[in-house]
Amino acid sequence: MHPAISVIFFTVTSGAGFGLIAMIGAGMPLPNGLAAAFFIPALAGLLAVAGLISSTFHLGHPERAWRAFSQWRSSWLSREGVLSVITLILFGLYTLAWMISGERILWLGLLIAIGSALTVYMTAMIYAQMKTVPHWHTGLTPLCYLLFSLTCGYLLAAGLNGFASGASSPAGLAVVAIAIAWACKYAWWKQAETTSLEAAGSTMESATGLGSIGKVRLLERPHTGENYLTHEMIHVVGRKHAAKLRIIALALGAALPLLIALGVWAFAASTLWLVLAFIVLMAGLFVERWLFFAEAEHAVSLYYGGREA
Amino acid sequence: MTSLPQTTDKALGLVIDLDTCVGCHACIINCKEWNTGGYGAPLADLDPYGTEPVGSFLNRIHTFEVSPDNAPASIVHFPKSCLHCADAPCVTVCPTGASYKRSEDGIVLVDESMCIGCGLCAWACPYGAREMDPVENVMKKCTLCVDRIYNENIPEEDRQPACVRTCPAGARHFGDFSDPASNVSKLVAERGGIDLMPEMGTAPVNKYLPPRPKTKPESASSATAEAVTEKPGGFLGWLDQALEKLG
Amino acid sequence: MGADRHNVDLSPHVSDEIRKTTCYMCACRCGINVHLRTGEDGQPKVRYIEGNRDHPINKGVLCAKGSAGIMQHYSPARLKKPLLRTGDRGKGEFREIEWDEALSIAADWLGDVRMRDPRKLAFFTGRDQSQSLTGWWAQQFGTPNFGAHGGFCSVNMAAGGIYTFGGAFWEFGSPDWDKTELFMIFGVAEDHDSNPIKIGLGKLKARGVKVVGVNPVRTGYNAIADEWVGITPGTDGLFILSLVHELLRTGKVDLDYLLRYTNAPWLVIEDEGKADHGLFARNEAGEPLVFDRQAQACVSSRAPGVKPSLKGQVDLPDGRKARPVFELLAQKYLSDDYAPEAVAETTGVSAVQIRRLAGEIAEAAFEKEVTVDQPWTDMKGERHDKMIGRPVSFHAMRGISAHSNGFQTCRALHLLQIMVGSIDCPGGFRFKPPYPRPIDGQPKPHGGSQPGEPLPGPHLGFLRGPEEMLLEDDGVTPQRIDKAFSWDAPMSSHGLMHMVISNAHAGDPYPVDLLFMYMANMSWNSSMNSGGVMKMLEDKDENGEYRIPKIIYSDAYNSEMVAYADLVLPDTTYLERHDCISLLDRPISEPEALADSLRWPVVDPATQGEGRDVRGFQSVLLDLGARLGLPAMTDADGNVLYADYADYMVNHQRRPGVGPLAGWRGKNGGSSGRGEPNPDQINRYIENGGFFEAHVPAEALYFKHANKAWTDWAIEMGLQDGPVEIIFQLYLEPLRKFQLAAEGHGERQPPDSHRERIRATFDPLPIWYAPFEGEGIDVGEYPYHALTQRPAAMYHSWGSQNAWLRQIHGTNPLYVPGPICDEAGLVDGDWAWVTSHHGKIKVPVRRMEAVNGKTMWTWNAIGKRSGAWTLDEDAPEAKKGFLLNHLIHELLPPKADGLRWSNSDPITGQAAWFDLRVRIEKAPPEEHPVSLPQFDPQEDSLPKPAAEIAYGHEWEADN
Ligand SMILES: Nc1nc2c(c(=O)[nH]1)N[C@H]1C(S)=C(S)[C@@H](COP(=O)(O)OP(=O)(O)OC[C@H]3O[C@@H](n4cnc5c(=O)[nH]c(N)nc54)[C@H](O)[C@@H]3O)O[C@H]1N2
Ligand SMILES: Nc1nc2c(c(=O)[nH]1)N[C@H]1C(S)=C(S)[C@@H](COP(=O)(O)OP(=O)(O)OC[C@H]3O[C@@H](n4cnc5c(=O)[nH]c(N)nc54)[C@H](O)[C@@H]3O)O[C@H]1N2
Ligand code: SF4
Ligand code: SF4
Ligand code: SF4
Ligand code: SF4
Ligand code: SF4
Ligand SMILES: [Mo]
Repeated sequence: MHPAISVIFFTVTSGAGFGLIAMIGAGMPLPNGLAAAFFIPALAGLLAVAGLISSTFHLGHPERAWRAFSQWRSSWLSREGVLSVITLILFGLYTLAWMISGERILWLGLLIAIGSALTVYMTAMIYAQMKTVPHWHTGLTPLCYLLFSLTCGYLLAAGLNGFASGASSPAGLAVVAIAIAWACKYAWWKQAETTSLEAAGSTMESATGLGSIGKVRLLERPHTGENYLTHEMIHVVGRKHAAKLRIIALALGAALPLLIALGVWAFAASTLWLVLAFIVLMAGLFVERWLFFAEAEHAVSLYYGGREA
Repeated sequence: MTSLPQTTDKALGLVIDLDTCVGCHACIINCKEWNTGGYGAPLADLDPYGTEPVGSFLNRIHTFEVSPDNAPASIVHFPKSCLHCADAPCVTVCPTGASYKRSEDGIVLVDESMCIGCGLCAWACPYGAREMDPVENVMKKCTLCVDRIYNENIPEEDRQPACVRTCPAGARHFGDFSDPASNVSKLVAERGGIDLMPEMGTAPVNKYLPPRPKTKPESASSATAEAVTEKPGGFLGWLDQALEKLG
Repeated sequence: MGADRHNVDLSPHVSDEIRKTTCYMCACRCGINVHLRTGEDGQPKVRYIEGNRDHPINKGVLCAKGSAGIMQHYSPARLKKPLLRTGDRGKGEFREIEWDEALSIAADWLGDVRMRDPRKLAFFTGRDQSQSLTGWWAQQFGTPNFGAHGGFCSVNMAAGGIYTFGGAFWEFGSPDWDKTELFMIFGVAEDHDSNPIKIGLGKLKARGVKVVGVNPVRTGYNAIADEWVGITPGTDGLFILSLVHELLRTGKVDLDYLLRYTNAPWLVIEDEGKADHGLFARNEAGEPLVFDRQAQACVSSRAPGVKPSLKGQVDLPDGRKARPVFELLAQKYLSDDYAPEAVAETTGVSAVQIRRLAGEIAEAAFEKEVTVDQPWTDMKGERHDKMIGRPVSFHAMRGISAHSNGFQTCRALHLLQIMVGSIDCPGGFRFKPPYPRPIDGQPKPHGGSQPGEPLPGPHLGFLRGPEEMLLEDDGVTPQRIDKAFSWDAPMSSHGLMHMVISNAHAGDPYPVDLLFMYMANMSWNSSMNSGGVMKMLEDKDENGEYRIPKIIYSDAYNSEMVAYADLVLPDTTYLERHDCISLLDRPISEPEALADSLRWPVVDPATQGEGRDVRGFQSVLLDLGARLGLPAMTDADGNVLYADYADYMVNHQRRPGVGPLAGWRGKNGGSSGRGEPNPDQINRYIENGGFFEAHVPAEALYFKHANKAWTDWAIEMGLQDGPVEIIFQLYLEPLRKFQLAAEGHGERQPPDSHRERIRATFDPLPIWYAPFEGEGIDVGEYPYHALTQRPAAMYHSWGSQNAWLRQIHGTNPLYVPGPICDEAGLVDGDWAWVTSHHGKIKVPVRRMEAVNGKTMWTWNAIGKRSGAWTLDEDAPEAKKGFLLNHLIHELLPPKADGLRWSNSDPITGQAAWFDLRVRIEKAPPEEHPVSLPQFDPQEDSLPKPAAEIAYGHEWEADN
């Protein structure tokens, strides 16, 4: 699939934003005071909203984006839209209350945390529902999205808590979170090796129905140039290239944040360092997400000569 | 409403005969020509005279080479447009309700005024039957010529899809699959019509008739003709007898 | 549920008006309904083009090209105004001039030549369909140098058929799609009968009739064939004669048919070494003799009630010996040389397959006999109570004819058809009116030009022996610039357009002053050796003058050839002018109906784009004729006879009562075929959908070559002036006459250099010989064949300017057989050098298995010169597309004696495009490879084309 920057930015950034919102809502320790009550939720909201706005950049008609709220009964994208807005509105109220009263309303926070997690789940389901893209079509996809979102949220929340003098969040949990999230992604990658189109039963033979005659191979595409489908659905990353990018993703997204979190844990350093861990994790996730799209094979590629085309 | 109708009154669609299609591309160009001035926005072309022309088309012809184990490779020209699936995933993913399946006849359409151009439906379609228009940025797909098949401004015999009417080889057939007596249902029954990618669970309405078996070069002849040259008198002797018979 | 929320207009307004005319996106000439609707500028605009259901050719269907007519009609490459060259030839630099100036320049140039030496005008036309006008004009002008593209296209097919049985495949006949039980198609990718063939194949598929495709490449029609014969190029003749061998060996020949309709019983003189050896024995009246089995005597083949013998040497009344054609034929083809085993290796077709196919042909012909219950009377007066058919049919085109052995191969195929009795019978091949036509009913070629005088007769025709060649008094020097009807290609019925530029450049047989061309992209895809031709057109003599001093060219679009013209006459598009698809030319008839048609300006060019000031070429030609005072275009007082082409179409009479259009003749339009001009004729055509059709009477539907009812009807319709019977010429005597000349007999003698070649190839019975190019080179060095095929969705070079079609074929790979790829280390996407004896090109490669293992191929005419057709200079057509033409030379490799023959069939001069031999090597990988050769981009003065098209947006709101 074509790795559109706007969509990569959307999934990573709003994932982190909702992760942070979830952590706030779930009552993670955070600095007190009006500034904190304003800036921390603002940062969370900004990440979530920036992501959402970015997602409209790849729309042909962003001015009609409001229409996307209408189909929550059948469409994951619509559900995600609706729930994200509800969650954000509730989060706004929560923040207002926090700013005014200095108190965080726990029951509302928990509701928001659930809303955030569900939003991220729904984002992931936009991809995971696609039978046409077997790599994505697995329960591990929403799990990865969720775990990354929560890890991001946790690192950021814990990091920001470093501003509160004397406060310290358990960095050990950060280590665990990072490790679990990447373990899940590793499992996803492992699974991706076997969830090819072919494993899903889709081959050029089934796509054309000509398998009973013999082995099928594309001789000519319908047009000599590119078209929307080849641009959008048929993106080929070289194997070597992909392996390199995975290492980069792992280095930035897993190794570095882990090292930082371990350091904070071992040396009981300021959890502020976890903000740095968050930043490198995000960088790693951009690469991970690029690969998520770029490596995914769409069934339509079978009509365009498969991957070698 | 992007939920799919439980049932449709009719199941209109196409039968495409792979044994007859010569890959001439007539259907795709006539489709473009009819539809660019018709339903919804034009089917536009970007950089039409430049280095990378791209346009939206509702139908495309692929060419496959099929290599059997024990016979020479053959070529199959393969037209593909929307299959108007009964369980159309393109409809259920649509967040706006722009994509829908008509309950009257099962035609899957995009209401372009509602389409936000998110492209999800194209992702959901396994067949590559949807293309975003490069200029208008709305999703384009085969309408089964909904603006022809019921059109009272055109003669009754022309109320069929443009691609079917134009196909020089007669490789495309239009009709109602819900009626077992229809031309399309009969063709499917007689010629063993098949679904594309049944594993996707889309339950396509359009069916493909597979190529008929080819004669292998080395297959033996059914008729064994005797050599007249080996008869007594040889060829000329045979000639005499044959002329005799003619009188 | 659901749908009701969406408003779909199920009955939108389609168009304001439908105008019916004839398509011209290719030469198939289908009927079209042009839907017009008011555009943004308030002018009529084309909304939709569909096939006309009533039309005899396409019956409602339309191909990709026809459907893309909108983009052709509104192409940004349309020329707008007459152009006068300002820069060097080939650069494409021009200044726009007014029509008055353009016409007076042209008239000056032409007038000067006509008064000095009309031979110095070479007037050649390409893909037009107005040869009956252009040829007639050239005749009035007086130049012998007129021809059209037929000579490089498929004259082998046309001449092979007409000489043999008075018709041909091409557009002159078709299979009996409704009744045939076996269909074999040889060497066809598209053909002119583009839609009718597809409709026909569709009918066969619907009936489940077996289709056999004989073609090195298995795409298109061959892809759907039930059996594929992946023959080695240039060997069809041998394959066919092996089928003939098998049919003879098994006695599966229709003797009754041979006796009735062919020259199988005619007696051939056996007089070794004498001037009559191999000619037909004739009586004083010139009638060929046969030996009557009952009377045991030689009698005229025309005598009623004869029972001719088919074998045995007989003594002629004058004592000479003779033998029937059939015995010579049987002896020849029963020879082991034609046994399936003997030909398998050369043809690449196994003996098993040949033998089985022969069996299937025989089975279809003799065991699936079809009858039509229609009594009829033959030309000998015998009444038959039904029509008996041999339902096996064949079709063939350039795959067999565009070889240097093509004429004989076409003859071989016709021999096969005739042996099984399947010409114009139910289920067989059927003639389309006005065919069949006997050779004697065909014109002879005319030469002998005189300053200021018309030529005594038409240029092109069918000669019957050396005495009718067009030679100077020395008996050797050709009269024509293309050397047609000379010893180089004696029976070149369509001329040799592919030799015009190189001969004119070489001044051989003489230089010309003015080259006048119409609708032919001769500096590019329609020439062999395109790069060489470009140089010839640019070449100057010692005085700095162009070797070809002046070039006038008419094109409608900014083609490669435009850049080489000194004066460009811009034509209209096909929707903007009158055209006439006449029975005097290449008609559109189908077997059951005689038909002709017209085009008319369904839109006015002045409303079809800014600054368009274009004129229909035929009207311009008549205008020039009038300015020159050509006899048939002006009366005795110098008054102009035809105001324009429409006027000519109505009022011109070729023979009394016979004019360009056959329908609605006579003062009130009451007569068909013959009749006085009818001033309302064009309107009557338009009312009828742009065509005229007269159904062949039921009794005349088959056996037209020998059918009384047909002859009567043909005379009535003005197709013939007297009764005709066509005897199929299995043994072709004119060929023998040339052989005799080569053997030293007769007055007209070929130069010694030509003797052996004529003797060997002009066999009066079909033969096969290896194509010349392969003979002249070391085939070890050039082991492979390279071919082109017509893509269904492109017409030669025209299609590339079409925004829709060029997306389908914007580049062309070379399709290379898998085993050759493996050997050369080639994979999809690689580039390769392909080398012939003449040149070297660099091309992108794609692997293919469904192809003859020694043959690579590509789509024809996709490659473009950079800057042409108003495309971006870096358009894929120019940078990745390529022409095979750069590898094909118009001359064969030099012989030991330094002589170079034209790369053509020795009999007809047909260009041997498909004889090409090549080798292939992988090209080293590059970052941005381009195809080679590349040429400097040609200048383009037309406005830059739009960056996007959203055709029809103005009607969107109404929908
Ligand atoms: N390698 C290879 N080369 C081949 C062949 C092959 O098989 N292989 N085939 C050969 C054969 S059979 C043929 S017939 C030739 C065809 O070759 P051409 O006869 O050159 O055909 P086109 O390329 O169509 O060029 C005709 C010209 O007519 C112009 N034209 C189009 N419409 C109009 C119009 O309405 N009015 C006027 N005045 N001009 C118009 C076009 O712009 C173009 O410049 O190619 C030959 N070349
Ligand atoms: N769409 C479209 N239609 C056209 C044209 C066009 O440009 N585009 N051009 C028109 C013109 S001018 C012409 S002349 C006709 C020509 O119509 P076709 O005769 O169909 O011409 P080609 O495309 O040259 O096809 C030649 C075929 O012969 C095969 N072939 C080559 N060598 C051999 C051989 O030795 N033996 C056999 N058996 N097969 C062989 C090739 O593989 C190819 O399939 O088409 C006309 N129709
Ligand atoms: S028009 Fe008919 S024959 Fe041509 S590509 Fe389309 S389906 Fe095939
Ligand atoms: S073919 Fe594709 S676009 Fe058409 S209904 Fe099925 S899934 Fe939807
Ligand atoms: S592109 Fe349009 S039709 Fe497709 S899913 Fe998005 S809104 Fe729906
Ligand atoms: S049914 Fe109509 S819209 Fe669909 S492919 Fe055919 S012509 Fe195009
Ligand atoms: S075959 Fe196609 S391009 Fe040629 S005349 Fe017919 S519709 Fe037009
Ligand atoms: Mo041609």
